[in-house]
Amino acid sequence: MAQKLHITTSPHLHCGDTIEKNMRWVVWALMPALITSFFVFGMGALIVTATSVLSCLFFEWFITRFILKRPSTLGDLSATITGILLAFNLPSNIPLYMIVVGALVAIGIGKMAFGGLGNNPFNPALVGRVFLLISFPAKMTSWPVPAGIAASYIDAETGATPLNLIGQIAGGNTAAADQLPSLGDLFIGNTGGCIGEVSALVLLVGLIILLCSKVITWHIPVSILATVAALTGIMWLINPVLYVNPLYHLCSGGLMLGAIFMATDYVTSPMTHKGMVWYGIGIGFLTVIIRYFGSYPEGMSFAILIMNAVTPLINNWCKPKRFGEAVK
Amino acid sequence: MSFILTAVLVLGLTALVLGLVLYAVSVKFKVQEDPRVGQITELLPGANCGGCGFPGCAAFAEACVKQDSMDGLRCSVCTSEVMQQIAAITGHAVQVGVEKVAVVRCSGSCANRPSTGVYDGAPSCAAAALMNGGATGCFYGCLGCGDCVSACMFDAIKMDPQTGLPVVDQEKCTSCGKCVKACPRNIIELRNRNKMDRRVYVSCVNKDKGPVAKKACAVACIGCGKCVKACAFEAITLQDNLAYIDFEKCRLCRKCVDECPQQSILAVNFPPKKVVAPAPEKTVEQQKAE
Amino acid sequence: MNTFKIGGVHPEPNKLTADRKIETLALPKQAVFPLSQHIGAPAVPCVKKGDAVLVGTKIAEPGGFMSASIHSSVSGKVAKIDNVVDASGLRKPAIFIDVEGDEWEPAIDRTDTLMLQNNKSREEIIECIKNAGVVGMGGACFPTHVKLCPPKDCTIDTLIINAVECEPFLTADHRLMLEHPDEIIVGIKIILKVLGIDRAVIGIEANKPDAIALFQSKTTMVSGIEIMPLRMKYPQGGEKQLIEAVTGRQVPPPPALPANVGCVVQNIGTVFAVYEAVMKNKPLIERIVTVTGKEVKNPCNLKVRMGTPVSQLIEYAGGMPENTGKLISGGPMMGRPLLDDTAPVVKGTSGILMIPEEQAARLEERNCIRCAKCVQACPMGLEPYLLATASAAQDWECAEENWIMSCIECGCCQSTCPSRRPLLDWVRLAKNRVGGIIRARNAKN
Repeated sequence: MAQKLHITTSPHLHCGDTIEKNMRWVVWALMPALITSFFVFGMGALIVTATSVLSCLFFEWFITRFILKRPSTLGDLSATITGILLAFNLPSNIPLYMIVVGALVAIGIGKMAFGGLGNNPFNPALVGRVFLLISFPAKMTSWPVPAGIAASYIDAETGATPLNLIGQIAGGNTAAADQLPSLGDLFIGNTGGCIGEVSALVLLVGLIILLCSKVITWHIPVSILATVAALTGIMWLINPVLYVNPLYHLCSGGLMLGAIFMATDYVTSPMTHKGMVWYGIGIGFLTVIIRYFGSYPEGMSFAILIMNAVTPLINNWCKPKRFGEAVK
Repeated sequence: MSFILTAVLVLGLTALVLGLVLYAVSVKFKVQEDPRVGQITELLPGANCGGCGFPGCAAFAEACVKQDSMDGLRCSVCTSEVMQQIAAITGHAVQVGVEKVAVVRCSGSCANRPSTGVYDGAPSCAAAALMNGGATGCFYGCLGCGDCVSACMFDAIKMDPQTGLPVVDQEKCTSCGKCVKACPRNIIELRNRNKMDRRVYVSCVNKDKGPVAKKACAVACIGCGKCVKACAFEAITLQDNLAYIDFEKCRLCRKCVDECPQQSILAVNFPPKKVVAPAPEKTVEQQKAE
Repeated sequence: MNTFKIGGVHPEPNKLTADRKIETLALPKQAVFPLSQHIGAPAVPCVKKGDAVLVGTKIAEPGGFMSASIHSSVSGKVAKIDNVVDASGLRKPAIFIDVEGDEWEPAIDRTDTLMLQNNKSREEIIECIKNAGVVGMGGACFPTHVKLCPPKDCTIDTLIINAVECEPFLTADHRLMLEHPDEIIVGIKIILKVLGIDRAVIGIEANKPDAIALFQSKTTMVSGIEIMPLRMKYPQGGEKQLIEAVTGRQVPPPPALPANVGCVVQNIGTVFAVYEAVMKNKPLIERIVTVTGKEVKNPCNLKVRMGTPVSQLIEYAGGMPENTGKLISGGPMMGRPLLDDTAPVVKGTSGILMIPEEQAARLEERNCIRCAKCVQACPMGLEPYLLATASAAQDWECAEENWIMSCIECGCCQSTCPSRRPLLDWVRLAKNRVGGIIRARNAKN
């Protein structure tokens, strides 16, 4: 026998899945939202996304190369996704230096400080986003109104988002209800907001891509959306004047984006189906609480970060159903 | 003014009550600890290596104080002076043990022991040993995944990237025995340090019959028994096709080293032998000494 | 169609040899019989160097209650008793026999006539099976006579025949079913008689429609034997998974046995061996081996005498392809890697698989990205990512708390891991250590 044989034990075949393949599907699933956003907000959306992705890639490369002195991990595409998700959580007229700061926090503090992909307790993109939200509250909460492809990046016209209005209505200013866009506009994406969260429709297309490619399971997105719908539905039934129709909640703000792309982040979400459902319920619950009772109009990012912190506990509590357990 | 007074009073009373509770608890649950335990723990290295047979340094210190003598109590990491100090604290005579050092009994380097396969499973000797014989023809020798290296708490074992074998740093080794336990093949042995750290040992644990062992590794012990005959002190025994040198009996004469046809007996830390006759080739110990 | 509920994966079936008839391989020059071919104590040789043996002569006695005897599959002289490297990768004692001619023990019925009548009592049948050295042919090699004597406090109601063959590439059981259906049905009846029950279910995966149809037509007139097609999913051939798929019952975690839920599972190959042992007085000296691989010139199903070196099988199949990176005894999911082609065929060798270098080499291990795919794939409802991490950290307590002893080592977790972690390697290590801890604890109490 000429050749040397491998003597490693079973299983001898692999299904061929790799980190890169999963990540590539996520990038594809994010593309419809990016394209839609370009049509709604114009070049600003592309400029912000490109800046965010490039700075995330740069920081990841820089940190692995010069600080950790490890082989580069750019190839696993996780930094690319962090970049896209960070951009999707920013308004399309945000100054570029803020994006770079956000990317540094996302990659540097959110991910690499814990040892890179797989070790971070919090979703890096959200860490960056929340850092920016707290550091630059004014810029982070003035969203440009949809103005089509031709919209200018620098001095885009800004206006109130549906979530601002919902908050105002709940605060007693029922007149704001007249300014709410129609549900159809909300669903398709003809409203103001962050880059990635304008259109519930294209985000749902992304969800279908992720489900079909078996990158994620239905448990987290469905449990989040169902919880939000249930809670806001109950409040709407109690007082339809102050509290809006639950469909407005489902289609507005970062709920869809968060539920489909950010809460489902592998590293920071629970490992069992039971745990995933509890995690989703927690996020949905916290989101509604913050939206109605908190000082920020949008609670999705905080809700996800809080539940990220609880994930290890959920993993401890929600064990999978063991074979033979029932008859023990 | 009155509300400041109220605040002071309330806080003061709370502090008093809590203080009383703390006092009561501390009296009720007081643990009597011999102060000598603390003193001994201070002297110990604090690595909690477990080489003494106790779960950690504190447990060892407690045992020192509790037992009536120092029999069987020895921190292999501490120097004799430190043990003397500990003995002074406990008031018992210290057992003067022989200092030991971990010795890797395998010379199956990449050159000596050609690989017959590729192992790319979990990087752990224990896992490799469990599944199959490693990627060489020798079923007894070093697996090279470095379980001993990760077991060592004193940074005293390193893998030599050239040979693929672990190398013990004699200065750092404290003979705690962690590596001995970690090695699934029982290659590592604690042997006496002797004068100047000189040692003579069989650097092989292969129990296969001679031809099989020789085929697998160029420096395997083939169990020929020449060394047993050469030894004047009955220090060498032959069992299961494998020679073993009893370090208690060995007088470091190095006759066996010259006899061994396989160069599997190593003598380390000896000065180079004086060349009596024009020697055509370097002997093993010379190579080692260099 | 039924299947088991938790986890499972769908590897490519790759049944290249499904329509290749079983061919008989020529006798080897020297046959080698390792003494531990089964679970339990190794057999004890009852021949010595120089003894002449015939085909079917017993050469090793069982080494204990949980053990099996070994018979010579060739006639000739015992050359030596020495160590050989078998499929476990370790050097173990074995009996070497130099082949001379092909003389059979006179008591063995070598004809192909189907024997239907059997007047033996239950005890006689078990003695027959024990004497023939029959073990589970699915790969685990559990001594069959032990399995047919379930603990007294368990009531058995169903015999399940494992004809699933869920491992990719392997077709030995499939071909056996197609070519010897009548013998198998007689074998099932024998086992039913031993167990004293009247219900047997043959579980067949849906990718073998010809076998399902054949057995359905053969059993229409037979009462008590039922054919159950099963939806394809790996590891359906696992004993516990098969019981769940067929009866819906879940076997409790170890040390519980299938008998605790009223089932006994026998592999289809074992049933055939039982038939031959009881009706033909023929010990377990031959088995069907699938020699296969995508690059192999002539993949085939061979009837091989035990002890034949693997190299002879490979030669028959057209030689080992140039780019072979791994030689496996068994299937790709649970088979054992062979160090070289000198290893002998033993009772548990269901296949010889050659896979190319690019598939054999594992990719570099990366951080766990906590994708939970291993948790979803695990058919036992375990968390392989956690068990592997605990094992690497030598945290045996954590591993035990998380049910590590339930692991059936099917390999689903590792074959789905996108980070390519050697999950099963670590789990096996932890299983071994935890098993030792549990045994020590039981011995103490």
